[in-house]
Amino acid sequence: MTAYVVRRLWQMIPTIAGVILLIFFLFNWIGGDPAQVLAGKISNPEQIANIRKQLGVDQPVWYQLWVFVQQVFTFDFGRSWSTNEEVSRILLTRVGPTLTIMIPVLIIETCLAVLFAIMVAYVRGTITDRAIMIVCTVAMSISFLVYIIVFQWLFGFILGWFPVQGWSESFWKNLFTYAPLPIMLAVFVGLAPQLRLYRSFFLDEINQDYVRTARAKGVPEKKVMLKHVLRNAMIPILTNIGISLPGVFVGSFLLEVFFSIPGLGREIITAVNRSDFPVIKAVTVYLAVLTMIINLLVDVLYKFVDPRVSFK
Amino acid sequence: MSAVLTNPPSPPLQESPGLWALAWRRLRQDGVGIASLVVVVFFLLLMAASYTGLVAKDWSKEKGVSYANPSFMAGSENLEARAMAQKEAATRPPPVDLSDIDPLAPRYKEWEERAAKIAVTETKRAETLAFGGDKWGRDVLQKVIKGSEVSIFVGLTAALLATLIGTLLGASAGYFGGWVNDFLEWFYNIFTSIPYILLILAFAAVASASGKFGKGILPIVLILSLTGWTGIYRLIRAEYIKHGNREYVKAAQAIGASNWSRMFVHILPNVSHVALVQLSQHTVQFIKAEVILSFLGFGVPVDMVSWGTMLAEAQNELVIGKWWQLFAAGAAMAILVTAFSLLTDSLRDALDPKLK
Repeated sequence: MTAYVVRRLWQMIPTIAGVILLIFFLFNWIGGDPAQVLAGKISNPEQIANIRKQLGVDQPVWYQLWVFVQQVFTFDFGRSWSTNEEVSRILLTRVGPTLTIMIPVLIIETCLAVLFAIMVAYVRGTITDRAIMIVCTVAMSISFLVYIIVFQWLFGFILGWFPVQGWSESFWKNLFTYAPLPIMLAVFVGLAPQLRLYRSFFLDEINQDYVRTARAKGVPEKKVMLKHVLRNAMIPILTNIGISLPGVFVGSFLLEVFFSIPGLGREIITAVNRSDFPVIKAVTVYLAVLTMIINLLVDVLYKFVDPRVSFK
Repeated sequence: MSAVLTNPPSPPLQESPGLWALAWRRLRQDGVGIASLVVVVFFLLLMAASYTGLVAKDWSKEKGVSYANPSFMAGSENLEARAMAQKEAATRPPPVDLSDIDPLAPRYKEWEERAAKIAVTETKRAETLAFGGDKWGRDVLQKVIKGSEVSIFVGLTAALLATLIGTLLGASAGYFGGWVNDFLEWFYNIFTSIPYILLILAFAAVASASGKFGKGILPIVLILSLTGWTGIYRLIRAEYIKHGNREYVKAAQAIGASNWSRMFVHILPNVSHVALVQLSQHTVQFIKAEVILSFLGFGVPVDMVSWGTMLAEAQNELVIGKWWQLFAAGAAMAILVTAFSLLTDSLRDALDPKLK
């Protein structure tokens, strides 16, 4: 196993190099002269030259690339172009609120989706099953924006059950006062596609031979579903959760924008709006690395869930 | 009785139906598939009609009062319109008689006569519009048609471009293998290791700061297609690996078909159904993404209307009880996306009967 992990880590190097190159190419080459972006419309050549010198864009391209590589490995992306806050500080302080929303979402959503999916799979082929699938398809086609606008208006503005938006310093207050509505929204919206997906995982297992064997030897249907089918279907479900894990760190940027949650997602949107390249570059590179590491962890976890998997 | 015995006519050579004919036959039997196809075609026709100016040509004309009620709610009060009218009346300065001191006073009469000759048509702003009006009194129904045109056009062209990129790269990687495959796989890994949303936003940041992605809707089309080709690439690559060693390709090689010809004349028609399903699926995905990006202000430019920009306006309207724009844009999008998703499923079933 150690050999496997080492090899996987080794294989990450070209990909990380590629991500660095892509980001560098995108922002430093296509992105245009940052001095022009920063100085705005009213600027004289002197100012522009000054900013260029400050940012190091008057240096040759290979030198700029070298600086960028150094930044990535020293976790020092300098300061934000618009607020002058240190980029590393921005990232560290914004992750908390995002996780406060996204971890409960992940847990609640997965539990509910698995529960409902196994129930729907149990009554597969009936009218109930078809009706639920149609409702899911329609629910999935309504824009996330519409859900947010309506939910925020209904529960925050009309009914007044939750604050319309806001965030505080206290973790518990955030979790129990400001987070419930965004969490509920994300769970509600995420449920339909997951339910559909997990149902198909269960149905794949139900048609397997071992299920038929279990039924043939007289195991009650409920036990077949909960013991035999559920355990095997957990493998693709875990894969799916693994795929969605990196997204937990980006958060749902729309929710963060609407509910003014000072998370990473909103920070990225603000950075895009202000052309704050250092922030976007840092977030992109680190999340790419994080994604690769999470993927590796999920693959290793596999081994423990499914003994048939062998590390090649 | 003498009958001339003739050989029974040899049965006409039965032409076996091709993939597309078979798929069409299967699709026709699929009620849901046909119904969704009708809806999708209707939207496409609407898009064409709106583009050529047959419908919704004057969507930007301010025809009604501010937030005009929908016709079916004609009776309900419209506080916003009244407030607007009052404000307008208040800002108009009261007439002041200057004729004592104004040296041009003798000419007042002449001017009045002249002014009377010019026909001024005071456009009366309608109190109600078919499906209500927006803040500036524009007809929401026409706006949603125009918005559909932009949203669907962006989704379709971006999906076409992404399919083109994905197919070209996937075909090269799958067909040639070797270092071409290694390189393209590396490229693919880079794109997929960055969370998709982040990738889109990074491209959007560069596009909006540099302006090098063109003007109008071109940036959003490029952003979506340059980031969205990876899934298509992967599938097409797998198909090409599968087909590359088949006998018909070997036969084509034997009669001297070039690599290019084998890739795109011989193999491509056999994998094009995969590309078609992907095209359909990505259109839906890109329409959804366009709505969100336009809402955030990274999508279509401000002088255009799309479902996303309509929803952005609708956010504030809902609080004052003007729900129609939200409903119109949300419903139009939901109907199209539902139909398109169902059509994609039906297409997949029709094109690949083994799947079921």
